[in-house]
Amino acid sequence: MIAIEDVSKRYADGTVAVDRLSLQIPNHSITVLVGPSGCGKTTTLRMINRMIEPSSGTIRVDGQDVQRQPVNALRRSMGYVIQNAGLFQHRTILDNIATVPRLLGWSKQRARARAAELMERVGLDKDMARRYPYQLSGGQQQRVGVARALAADPPILLMDEPFSAVDPVVRRGLQEELLRIQGELGKAIVFVTHDMDEAITIGDRIAVLRKGGRLAQFAAPDELLSSPADEFVEEFLGGDRGIRGLSFLSTRDLELDRSRVFPIDADRQRIARATSARPADAQPVLVTGIDGKPLGWTDPAAWNGDAGTLTPYGQSFEVGRDSLRVALDRAVLSPTGHAVAVDGSGRVLGIAGQETIAAAIRAARQRHAATSPQGTEYPQDPPPVKATR
Amino acid sequence: MNGFFDIPSDLQSSYLGLISTHLQEALIPVLVGFLLSLPIGLLCVRVRWLYPPVLWTTTVIYAIPSLAFFVVLIDYTGLSKLTVMIPLCLYSLVVLVPSVVDGIRSVPEETNAAAQAMGIGLVRRYLQVQLPIAVPAIIAGLRVAAASSISLVSVGALIGNQGALGNLLTTALLYQRPVLALNSVVTTAVLAVLVDALLVLARRLLTPWMPPSDSKARRTALRTAAGPTAPDTSTTAGTARAPERAS
Repeated sequence: MIAIEDVSKRYADGTVAVDRLSLQIPNHSITVLVGPSGCGKTTTLRMINRMIEPSSGTIRVDGQDVQRQPVNALRRSMGYVIQNAGLFQHRTILDNIATVPRLLGWSKQRARARAAELMERVGLDKDMARRYPYQLSGGQQQRVGVARALAADPPILLMDEPFSAVDPVVRRGLQEELLRIQGELGKAIVFVTHDMDEAITIGDRIAVLRKGGRLAQFAAPDELLSSPADEFVEEFLGGDRGIRGLSFLSTRDLELDRSRVFPIDADRQRIARATSARPADAQPVLVTGIDGKPLGWTDPAAWNGDAGTLTPYGQSFEVGRDSLRVALDRAVLSPTGHAVAVDGSGRVLGIAGQETIAAAIRAARQRHAATSPQGTEYPQDPPPVKATR
Repeated sequence: MNGFFDIPSDLQSSYLGLISTHLQEALIPVLVGFLLSLPIGLLCVRVRWLYPPVLWTTTVIYAIPSLAFFVVLIDYTGLSKLTVMIPLCLYSLVVLVPSVVDGIRSVPEETNAAAQAMGIGLVRRYLQVQLPIAVPAIIAGLRVAAASSISLVSVGALIGNQGALGNLLTTALLYQRPVLALNSVVTTAVLAVLVDALLVLARRLLTPWMPPSDSKARRTALRTAAGPTAPDTSTTAGTARAPERAS
């Protein structure tokens, strides 16, 4: 637990970087500091490991005032990941990762063995151990940066805009990787970013800071999206916060239509019977393979059993794992207006139309409003594993 | 006794002896200058306002003619090698201090921040992070300093035959043997080239982490990146490389 208590940072020229900030950063979770440039988020992060000393206030880690601890020992007890990785260009990947263990006096073999273990953990090929940073891509360098920060197994990880310099696809990969690693290790992570989407993707709790280093709101991402504290937060969240909020609603309780899903070997008469109960419209049916996996859409009247005539179904969503946002997205993109729901092994569970999903959204909103009225304390230790989609 | 390598006996030295004296008088000052410029350079990086006056001072020293230095120094160090080497050492600072400063400043901001954040103390950070990364800039400086020092030693001939190979120039006049002058010039040039090549080689050995800049080395890197790692065998690429970043 990192407790930031009434901390300010004023510079000699009168600029106030951080203004009387108080935050409780719980263990085993990712706390994101987000805000526009000049909001003091990096300054706050750097005050935790004393790269910057606060002008007033105290920061405690597990009850201990950081000011009273020897500075280098304090820093070695916290992993630090920086934008562009900041790797030591003159050292091999393995030795980069082994830096802090070596500083802590581990033997060379032990430090390198640990470094090799971490390369695997962050998804780096072990052939890269002897390479130099310039031989790696930006995304790979950033993985090395994360591995280096984790090398001495510190309970705290400080991350300063670690993924802002890589392209969006690589960034997504790194974010998912970070969530996976966090699911395994459960560190107290403080993550600085100016990207609200990134904050919402990875944060268990998000502190929104405004210019001049004042805290605007400190809340869980779904709460932030559904009830921003003021205009500044709302504006910073962007225009589509309603849609984005759907990322936090599960598809588990979605009502699925199974009556219009047929295996490819089903009797044509049966299909016609089943669909004739409805108004004789051109409502398409979903045809699946014998293994239960989706094949495509067809008009029941025109169905002749030839898989080649099927209309492609596009993408499916996995019930329970994907959010209502994904389900809605699939429905909007579907040629029939219906999203295909599958289970973990890709077998069709049913289909859901846009109206069904809209109803599920309304129901979820009502449930949400009933169980957590505004102002309710968010649990101090949210579950460490977090779905990314 | 009129051949290219026949050295008049009044120089009291063989050809090889002259070369060894020459290298000594040229390179010891550069080495001392280098050792001096390490702390001076670091200080100039840490205390920003110090750099302009230091730079100014080294430039002014560089502008003092060596003869003037000799006149002053002879009172203290006599007609010795030391009288030649002290000015050479001070001259080398004009190149070496900026190259150390540039080298340390070439360390990326995030590398410094990462080193600090990992709890690497100031001295360790200088010796284990900043200096190794500064090696290319420092060696670029050393190359200029060494070449200029090797050519400057010759003026030592003006104070009691302390010019090593330069002494051949005065002797050539004395005995009217132009071939001795030619010997002096050619040997000095060859020495400068050899020392330069050695420095380039040292740079290559010290910086396996540098991205290769010429096409041949790039192909080697691609091969090693694609296949199993092979030792870098392209030592010839070093001498054929394009001019280094000057300091």
